[in-house]
Amino acid sequence: MAVADTKIPARKAPGIRLFGHRVPLTAQVGFLIIFVNLFLMVFAPVLAPYPEGFVPSGSEMVKWAPASAAHWMGTDSIGRDVMSQLFYGARLSIGLSLITTIIAFVIGIVTGFAAAISGRWVDIVLSRFADLILSMPTLIFCLVIITVVMSREAGFVAATGVSNAFFEGMVIVFVIGFLYAVPVFRLARAVAMNIVALEYVEAARLRGENIWWVIRREILPNSIPPLVAEFGLRFCFTFLLIAALSFLGLGIQPPYQDWGSIVNQNAQAIFLGKPQPLFAAGAIAALTIGVNLVVDWLLSVYSRAHGENA
Amino acid sequence: MLKLIGQRLVLGLITLFFASALIFFTTALLPGDFATAMLGQQATAENTAAIRAELGLDRPLVVRYADWLSGAVKGDFGNSLASKRPVMDEIKPRIANTFFLAIYAAIVAVPLSLFLGIMAAIRQGSVFDRGVNVGALLTISVPEFFLGYLLVLYLATPAHWRIFPGLAVVNASTPFFTKLYVTFLPMMTLVLVIVAHMMRMTRASVLQVMASPYIEMAYLKGLPKWRVVVQHALPNALAPIVNVVALNLAYLIVGVVVVEKVFVYPGMGQMLVDAVSKRNIPTVLACGLIFAVVFITLNIIADLLSIMSNPRLRHPR
Repeated sequence: MAVADTKIPARKAPGIRLFGHRVPLTAQVGFLIIFVNLFLMVFAPVLAPYPEGFVPSGSEMVKWAPASAAHWMGTDSIGRDVMSQLFYGARLSIGLSLITTIIAFVIGIVTGFAAAISGRWVDIVLSRFADLILSMPTLIFCLVIITVVMSREAGFVAATGVSNAFFEGMVIVFVIGFLYAVPVFRLARAVAMNIVALEYVEAARLRGENIWWVIRREILPNSIPPLVAEFGLRFCFTFLLIAALSFLGLGIQPPYQDWGSIVNQNAQAIFLGKPQPLFAAGAIAALTIGVNLVVDWLLSVYSRAHGENA
Repeated sequence: MLKLIGQRLVLGLITLFFASALIFFTTALLPGDFATAMLGQQATAENTAAIRAELGLDRPLVVRYADWLSGAVKGDFGNSLASKRPVMDEIKPRIANTFFLAIYAAIVAVPLSLFLGIMAAIRQGSVFDRGVNVGALLTISVPEFFLGYLLVLYLATPAHWRIFPGLAVVNASTPFFTKLYVTFLPMMTLVLVIVAHMMRMTRASVLQVMASPYIEMAYLKGLPKWRVVVQHALPNALAPIVNVVALNLAYLIVGVVVVEKVFVYPGMGQMLVDAVSKRNIPTVLACGLIFAVVFITLNIIADLLSIMSNPRLRHPR
């Protein structure tokens, strides 16, 4: 087209770009924080100064040692290196939160799309149930379910032969995954409702495409942007909830440690004026802030009009 | 409007009823029952039957639910499995402590966040505005225990200033003002957590109203900026603010669980956490129900207040 050819190309704003969008400084900081965390998580065995679960003995054992060249973040109540705990804890904290968020998304998206597409009654039943769950405080309801499930622990462990700690971890992952599937369901349903009403979906259905084809090829690709932002946000909530449970002593159990349980086990140090519990708590805070910064940017990009990418 | 309020109230009661059912029926979520689980290895047929009869587990689920709910309404939640004493006797002083802390935090947080929000709106784009916004963003993302321990480290330990006690030890005989002093740090932690949301909503809704023509008119009349904001903009910005305040008070009741653990404060949150780790189901159900009722009630109040603060709904044509 001649008209388009003569048009002066839009001046691109300087700075880092991603998928054609400028990344503001706040989002760059967010990406940096996330990257550092993932790096620590993957390379923990190489980076950590001491092996996992290493308890020093004899003269090397110093309780609540302050930060030094040997222990950059000091030591805990039985002389373990806090920085090594933190590096290894990243794996459980971030890994479990990711798994939990993925479970929540699979359940939420499948039920949400089903509610949007299938008949009225499925939608009403699922939506009322979602309203009911959302009317309750998540942490409290989570604690109630965990109590009930854990009270059957002995029998289950005897029957299947898995370790107690593994069973408890799985309970937390699935309970939170189920509870947080509810807000995902709401969003997926709302997004899909909007897309289902569009002409091209109607055309596909009139063509005789089956329901899974419509979901996969028409609805899913078009609902990706809001779902990606929700994934970031949901990851933060999951991450904070698992950390809170572990902090309360009801989450990840020894010998395993995640950041929440590291804070819990080092808690007494703070009352002696030592900063040990703040490192893991600060790591939790930093990652949440990082993800939030990126999510804020994603939301601002998607809410912008199409084609406007400065 | 009365009709609307009536509808919301009925809806709220229905929600409460279903919530109680949901909490109770989670106990029947899994195959097998609590008696077998409690006995573990010693679960012979006789032992299990005896425990079942003692706990009343041999009756149908619906009967047990009706029984539990009618007891709960009268404040009778059965006996604690750990101490064998009535759950309600143990909860009562705890409820008072938790509400004391939550109300203390609310009394400080609500005026503070309104003040900060309005100031940020008046000085939109200034250093103050940006500073408050960044602060809000940080406190929203951070876990409660991080804020709590940060306050303890700087304000309650010999390493820095030792102004407040780190552990919030109170009992029934603690005088009121001592209580205020001892619970200052847990209160501050809760305030930091909830101020951000309320302040951001105040700022946003004041700024939204500030864009309307009648505000420009007020400026053109020559009114000073603070009077335009406080007298002209604020009343119309109130509905979303009131709503977010009530929602945050509901959040306060839940946030209290973690904060109580940080400061070893003898409230209902601590009790719930203890009961969960001991698998003491009657106590967990009681605490869970009380938390849920308060949470849902505050949500209903949020709903009602936002209806009532909307002049169009208050004076129907």
